[in-house]
Parts: sequence; structure tokens; C-alpha cells
Amino acid sequence: MSISCNLDGKVALVTGATSGFGQHFARTLAASGATVAITGRRGDRLDELQAEIEGKGGRALGIVMDVMDPASIRNAVDVAETELGAINVLVNNAGISRERLIVDVTEEDYDAVLDTNLKGPYILAQEVGRRMIERGEGGNIINIASMMAYRPYRGLSAYGMSKAGMVAMTRCMALEWARYNININTLCPGYVETDMNSEYFHSEKGLKVVNSFPGKALGKLDDLNGILLLLASDSAEFMTGSTIEIDGGQPL
Amino acid sequence: MTFSCDLSGEVALVTGATSGLGRRFGAVLAEAGAAVAITGRRTEMLETLQQEIEAKGGRALPIHLDVTDLDSIKNAIDKTEQELGPVNVLVNNAGAYSEKMARSFGEAEFDTIVATNIKGAFFMAQEVANRMIERKDKGRIINLSSVSALRPVQGMSVYGMTKAAEIQMTKSLALEWARYGIRINAICPGFIDSEMTGDYFRTDQGKAHMNTLPRKRIGQPENLDGLLLMLASRDGSAFMTGSVIKADDAQIL
Repeated sequence: MSISCNLDGKVALVTGATSGFGQHFARTLAASGATVAITGRRGDRLDELQAEIEGKGGRALGIVMDVMDPASIRNAVDVAETELGAINVLVNNAGISRERLIVDVTEEDYDAVLDTNLKGPYILAQEVGRRMIERGEGGNIINIASMMAYRPYRGLSAYGMSKAGMVAMTRCMALEWARYNININTLCPGYVETDMNSEYFHSEKGLKVVNSFPGKALGKLDDLNGILLLLASDSAEFMTGSTIEIDGGQPL
Repeated sequence: MTFSCDLSGEVALVTGATSGLGRRFGAVLAEAGAAVAITGRRTEMLETLQQEIEAKGGRALPIHLDVTDLDSIKNAIDKTEQELGPVNVLVNNAGAYSEKMARSFGEAEFDTIVATNIKGAFFMAQEVANRMIERKDKGRIINLSSVSALRPVQGMSVYGMTKAAEIQMTKSLALEWARYGIRINAICPGFIDSEMTGDYFRTDQGKAHMNTLPRKRIGQPENLDGLLLMLASRDGSAFMTGSVIKADDAQIL
């Protein structure tokens, strides 16, 4: 890869690190020198990822955390800072989607999606932000939204709403925290191939979807490395409150 | 800078490289290993930049280019191809600027700004992309828009209009050229110290204005280095096209 980034001395916390994007983000940050607190609900998966990162010479600590539980959030941040040091990079990635047409969405679906994707990230960013402000050393927060924040997709109303909410959240936090040298930006990925969706995108229906994109392709996890590393580094000091689409032109 | 890209083997062409952002872009791309055609209308200034780049071991080729003249565009790209190789990265940065309230905006000035910022940028992109497509090269184009495209700013109606047009241009061309693997994205810089902003921020009025900004400062051209390199690199831009990225230090939210 033609991109390199030195994140030595950075302590990052990544949510939803047990699979998909979160897992990849954790690996990528660790490979560039950051110490990474990896969080999620499945302790065994966190242990595996921690061992993998350490096996490659990196530093990681698995912490079980449920983004729907504010006490769990505060506890995870405490543990991370006690064991690893002050968090200066937060990757707010945890998210769920419950694919259902609007007429079929239950209150439980709605609450689960909005709590996990918007309220949890808000509380976590608030908690991490408070500490960054107290310490006065600034920091970088990367909120992971989706191209569905600004284009509607059948069956993903609550998901899209939660991601659009994240975009607004980022702008407000950027406004209020600019003076504390906290940089906070939103990343809006398009469809990227992961273990979870690979089977679908290779099915007949999935291939049709891929073929409908202007670039007729899915993204790959490595495609996200450049922007992730840039936003986690000191080289993006002038970027805050921005929404960055990384979607290969899929929603155009 | 902690974030870096290796652009060895790439050939970049930067328009409006005589000063300000374009000048910095030329230097940064060269430092990252690209051979850079630095273009503009003031040849002496380009030659000074060339010397600076070569003193650091980089490769730069100064070319006179007026983006409002389609023949000038073709000639500049021809010359780049002959001396450096086919263009993989275009930084569509040349821009005309004027700060004047809409009520007194003149026709000639209007035409100049539109000719440079919309027509020039468009035909530059078209010519470069046509050649990339013929070669089957998945090249990259970076358009310089502005935060004034996103929010109205007093006195920047015409400039802002042209910068908003560049955003639509970015998305339209991204749509049409995605099938060829060409990536075209736009950067919307906030207030950055440059020839364009001039001495304004050093005046009393400008200083007062700066004090109203969230971080009470304007940017420097080097603040965009990381973002530019990421968009110019093959790996960084692999899954990014049609994107409009604001880099404005929370100035316009």
C-alpha cells in the first residue's frame, strides 16, 4: 500500500470491533502504531482479535461493552484509560440494521436501532469528549455513518435516520468542541464487502445490485484505510465537522 | 506530518500552481514522489517553484497554461505527456476570485470568473479524462471547490456559484466515469492564507472576522496536505468518487 501513517503514541477506542468494519479499523490502527481498546459484546471474539494484534507486534485490549448501556460505556472508557492511557482517537463504529419496511417496523426495532446507532455513540462521544476537554490535549473522533444517511433505501428507514442523526451530531460536536482542539468527522461508507454480506453479494440478487452501481463494484475493507488513518492522525488537524463519503459513487 | 503517501511513478498536473494552494499542491505532490507539471499564466513564478522542488530532489515541469483557452489546455497536456508521461493525477485548482456585492457585479468580471472556474475546470477535466480513458488508466481528478459553495458568504455570490457548479460537475463526472475507474472528488477549503485572501485577514476588519471563527485562525495551505495526498493516491481514492470533502476548521458548519 502506498499510504503510511505513524500513530505511535495514540490510544484509540474502537466500538463494534468484533466483526466487519470495527474489526478492520482496529487492525489498521494497531498496524500503524496505535494502542487500541477494542470493544463489543462478544468477549471471546475480542480475546481472539487482541491475540491476533499482539501476535503481530501491536498493542490491544479487549473490553466488553454494550453501547445500549450508558454504565457499560462509562466503565469501558474507565478501563481503557486506566490500562492504556488517555484516549485520543475514538472510532464510533458500532451499529445494527433491522431490515424491515416502514409499515412492519416495531417499536422494539426502532428503539434498538436508534439506541445502538445514535444514542450509544452520542453518550460514548460525550464521555470521551468530556475527558479530552478536561485534559486539554484535543483528540480525534471518527463517527461511522453510512451513505444511507443521505439517500433512502427500502427497508432501512430507522437505520438511515440514525445515520443522518450522526451527521448532525458530528456537526454540533465540532461546533462546541472546536475550541478544545477536538476534531470530529463523519465517514459515510457505501457497500463494502465483509464476511457478513459476502454471501448475499455473490447471490443472483446481490450481483444484480452490484451491477446497478455506476462502478459496478463493492468496496473492499482496505479501501477504507487511507481516510481512516488520515482522520486518526495529526495530519487532519484542519478537518472537523466534515462528512466524508466513501462509496465508489454507488449512490450517485 | 504523520500521514504520508508514496506517489513514485505518478505524473500529476496542477493548474493555478503559481501561488497559494496550487503552489503548495505542486510542492507536496513532488515531495511525495510524483513528477509534476506545474501550470499557470505567470511563468516566472512557476520557474521559481520548479527550482524549489528540484532543490529537494523532486521533478517539476513549468508550463504556461490558460484554462480559459481550450488550445492552451491541449498543448499543456501534450507537453506534460511528452516530457513527464501521461497524466494520472489532475489537480483542478486554477480559479478566478472576486469579492463584490451582487448589486454592483459587472458582466466582464462575471464572465471571467465563470470562464476560469466552471468552463476551464470542466474542459481541463474532460481532456485529461478522455486520455486516461483511452489508456485505460484509473486516474484521479481533484477539483478545488470552496466552503462558499456550501453556505452563502457576503460578497461571494458569483464565486460561490461557480464553486457550487464545480460540486455538481464532480458528481456528474463521477457518475459518468465510474465505469472507467476514474476517481473525481472535490475539496472545499475554508479560509486559508493565500494570494486569493491576500492581506484581508491582516487588516483590522479581517482580524475581527478571524476572531469570530471557532478556532480564531485561518488555515495555511499545508493544512490540506494529507487530504490532497490521500485523494491523489491510488489506494487512498480506490473507493472514493463523487465525494465533496470540506476542510475548514469548523469555520462553516
